[in-house]
Amino acid sequence: MALLSVRDLRVQFATPDGIVDAVSGVSFDLKEGETLAIVGESGSGKSVTNLAYMGLLPKTRTTITGSVVLKTEDGEVDLIGMSVEDLRKIRGKDVAMIFQDPMSALHPYYSIGDQLIEAHQAHNEVAKEVSRDRAIELLALVGVANPDERLKAYPHQFSGGMRQRVMIAMALMNNPKVLIADEPTTALDVTVQAQILKLLRDIQAKFKMAVILITHDLGVVAGAADRVNVMYGGRLVESASVNDLYENPLMPYTVGLLDSIPRMDQGHGKRLRAIPGQPPSLIQLGSGCAFAARCSRKSELPNGKCETSPELKAVSAGHLVRCHLYDSKESVK
Amino acid sequence: MSGLLAYISRRLGVMILILLAVSFTVYLIFSFLPYDPASLTCGKNCADPEIIAANRIRLGYDKPFYEQYWVFLVGLFAGRTYGEGQAEIFCAAPSFGYSFQQNSCVTDLVGNAIPVTISLAIGSLILWLVMGVGLGVVAAKFRGKIWDTLSTAFVLVGTSLPTFLTGLILIVFFVIKAPWSPFPPGGYTAPDVDIVGWFLSLVLPWITLAFAYAAIYTRFVRSQILEISTEDYIRTARAKGLSEGVVLGKHTMRAALAPIVTMAGLDFAGLLGGAILTEAIFNLPGMGRLSLNAVVDIDLPIIVATTILAATIVVVMNAILDIVYAFIDPRVRV
Repeated sequence: MALLSVRDLRVQFATPDGIVDAVSGVSFDLKEGETLAIVGESGSGKSVTNLAYMGLLPKTRTTITGSVVLKTEDGEVDLIGMSVEDLRKIRGKDVAMIFQDPMSALHPYYSIGDQLIEAHQAHNEVAKEVSRDRAIELLALVGVANPDERLKAYPHQFSGGMRQRVMIAMALMNNPKVLIADEPTTALDVTVQAQILKLLRDIQAKFKMAVILITHDLGVVAGAADRVNVMYGGRLVESASVNDLYENPLMPYTVGLLDSIPRMDQGHGKRLRAIPGQPPSLIQLGSGCAFAARCSRKSELPNGKCETSPELKAVSAGHLVRCHLYDSKESVK
Repeated sequence: MSGLLAYISRRLGVMILILLAVSFTVYLIFSFLPYDPASLTCGKNCADPEIIAANRIRLGYDKPFYEQYWVFLVGLFAGRTYGEGQAEIFCAAPSFGYSFQQNSCVTDLVGNAIPVTISLAIGSLILWLVMGVGLGVVAAKFRGKIWDTLSTAFVLVGTSLPTFLTGLILIVFFVIKAPWSPFPPGGYTAPDVDIVGWFLSLVLPWITLAFAYAAIYTRFVRSQILEISTEDYIRTARAKGLSEGVVLGKHTMRAALAPIVTMAGLDFAGLLGGAILTEAIFNLPGMGRLSLNAVVDIDLPIIVATTILAATIVVVMNAILDIVYAFIDPRVRV
């Protein structure tokens, strides 16, 4: 049994322009201790998927269905449809999160000590000194020098990378089993990105956590993840182990994503290729393949095939793809 | 902490410069009004050119305005003597001048009016903050629900009704048509004379003023809270498992504090200059009525004094707010 099991998760937003199908039936498992990367461009639903079951989307005009079963100390619980108070007890304790921009994700008016201690106090009925010691211990662990002194500092007195370290320390306060890292390095300098990714790997090993790494950067994924879920138009379009995905990408979208990043092993002078077109509007997405308009291999399919939606199916052990090109086994190369 | 002290002293220095500029400008404007201050000194129908000429010299109105301004400044710190011999009148520091129409030092007139206006302003400030912040929080928390709609209705009524109408309605229903009512129809009782009378004389004016402000604050607080709710750090607060009460009451309100304090400080400062309409309706002898009567009577020394005072209060309040800001927002203490 997986640690976190997402089944047929759907998220709809009611907007003045119509219903937005932000996530349309996503299912995946997260095993204990593994790192699962969720990759996709803006609007693919990769963040919304995780914010949805954490109850962090605005409640009004949002409809969430499906089931997200989490293994906790008290047994298995379904996060969807859980009471606000029960879900609160899980947030920050069993499942912790870090976000893209550590400047705006930390409260500008409270010292980081206040914010760290508060995260511990929310789930533990202990004296403040205990939480404070815990905060110092974790700040030291994530590489903040003079943690004792730095507790009194405010977020604006830290650099971007240090702020993200503080966010990570805050996420670790209650020994979470799952850490959701939502674009944790996107807002950081490239040199700092590498440090933060290394830190994430180190603490994952130390805390034996499972990590969901949400990113649009396949370069980040390569060194960090065990499995990769590629999302497009609110759906999972490909899922594979990281090696399998890089060696044998199937879905033309995944191929396009990989072609659009520079690689050391593909000599100089080779131009990077962009995927033509724009991501689809998620209002009235229709029944056809969401990627058809941008697909480079559309001509290989019979006419009218792209008007029907492909199903997500396994083409080999642990490699799932949602693509008409692989409707019959023969087409798998 | 030394950074904070440096910030405060720097801010106070700037404030003194602004005050000088403000008082100079006010003095300059009133020196060039098409009124002859000397001819206003001997009563409205005074036409004796000799008396006017003598008064002009005695009061220094024959001097260039910058000399008059200097004498005015000195008077503020050292007091000032008007006339000579038997007719000599001394106005002690801080002297804002002498009103010949009221036969009184302006400072004394202001000194009598200020406690009334302060009583009015503080009471209504408390009332409108409680109402405005309370309703604003409720409206934001229950956005789109019945409580939000009701508060919107309150905002509409409060912002549409002018204070003179609210005041008159209150007088009609709580004084004239209510013989049992403990509220006087108007006037002011000093708190050291009769504390209960003081309170009762101010209840209706407080409500009148607070009603208009509370409506504005309700709308402001609601929009502030809704805006802050979309901030990343509020999502972080939820993500770490804080309860909705803590998220709203602590994290959101802490961020909303700075804009609310700023707005309340400036509105309060504006009121200390005098709530002219409310004071007129309820016949309260405060700064507003003092200014109003002075304008009607063209009593220049009082107009100069109340204008400078009103501007000074706003400038001082701005300085106070900047200092308070340094305590509210750690990013300001650089």
